[in-house]
Amino acid sequence: MTVKEALFTYVLRIADDSLILGQRIAEWCGHGPILEEDIALTNISLDLIGQATNLYQFASELEENKRTEDQLAFLRVDREFSNALLVEQPNKDFGFTISRQFYFDAFRKLFFEALASSKDERLAAIAEKSLKETKYHLKHSSEWIIRLGDGTEESKKRIQEAINFHWKFTDELFFQNEIDTQLIDLDIAIPLTSLKANWLNYVVTVLHQATLEIPTNTFQQEGGRLGFHSEHLGYLLAEMQYMQRAFPNLEW
Amino acid sequence: MVTTNEIWQLLEQVADPEIPVLTIVDLGIVRTVEIKDSTCIVTITPTYSGCPAMHVIEDEIKNALSSVIQTEVKSTLSPAWTTDWMSENGKIKLREYGIAPPENEVDKSVLFAKPTIVPCPKCNSKNTKMVSQFGSTACKAHYQCNACLEPFDYFKCLR
Repeated sequence: MTVKEALFTYVLRIADDSLILGQRIAEWCGHGPILEEDIALTNISLDLIGQATNLYQFASELEENKRTEDQLAFLRVDREFSNALLVEQPNKDFGFTISRQFYFDAFRKLFFEALASSKDERLAAIAEKSLKETKYHLKHSSEWIIRLGDGTEESKKRIQEAINFHWKFTDELFFQNEIDTQLIDLDIAIPLTSLKANWLNYVVTVLHQATLEIPTNTFQQEGGRLGFHSEHLGYLLAEMQYMQRAFPNLEW
Repeated sequence: MVTTNEIWQLLEQVADPEIPVLTIVDLGIVRTVEIKDSTCIVTITPTYSGCPAMHVIEDEIKNALSSVIQTEVKSTLSPAWTTDWMSENGKIKLREYGIAPPENEVDKSVLFAKPTIVPCPKCNSKNTKMVSQFGSTACKAHYQCNACLEPFDYFKCLR
């Protein structure tokens, strides 16, 4: 595989994580538990979709403009998406939304910090930009984990359930294959395994502060990075891609 | 032939579409102005990745310069925009408009850190509280003054 092809796949993974989670959180628009949270979640969604735009533009250039950024987002089927399973999980309730976000933000902050020194200038620039936003996201989700965990009996029960449920999708955030190896050798990609200890350390610290139990189940589910998704992604894409599928090339 | 200085002056007339009291120069989103082969290349940078105003800003730059020179607008992400680039004059205009300008903020990695003290843009009281870290646009947080009860936007510090 050429470096360009490997980089295309690598960029798409990051972009797909941002887009799918951005779309998921956007489902809260108009449904937030309180007005401020409605605005917070849609702001975070906007940041993520903005990051996805920057990344898809880059990906599009890497494959010589074969597809535009919009085509990459709206005209690929589920098997072609390489987002982690975590980000496609349904919102369910506010606790599940925050738990998913917390695991992801904790990963993303470390990831962008490292990626900001990538040898690929474009990727480094996107990481540097996205990192500033991600710090706000992580503060938001971490504080909610603590409020809900150390809150009422009901909020504690529900956030613990969510934290336990999403745990099985966290290993996949550190998934690596030959694409990574090829790009790590060129100092373009980040060895994700090197981030794991810091991620775990941060997650455990916050969960402790939230008086929550650290999940103990060891089963881990993977597949998203290679296009094997849960049933939930299809429904999400059906809604997100409806306009372009029904009215091809439609523009606002 | 128009000079880059004159172009900067024209760009100082272009208002930000979301905070019209500020110009794009006040905000620090115009990074460079170059003239090459009788075309002007203006490079801008977004405040946030998902800033929806970028396309409008691009059109407005072209409009503002259309009578003097042909213009191309480019976008760059690095170095990433920071509120440190906002002009002092811009901060004064923001406050007069009712939006508290960015303050030096505490480290975001500290959870439940005491929120930054943001003086009320209406009555100047420092007795204010943060309602939400996220406000009406990506670049703002939502505050309220405990003294005069005015709810206000705070242009949050981004570094």
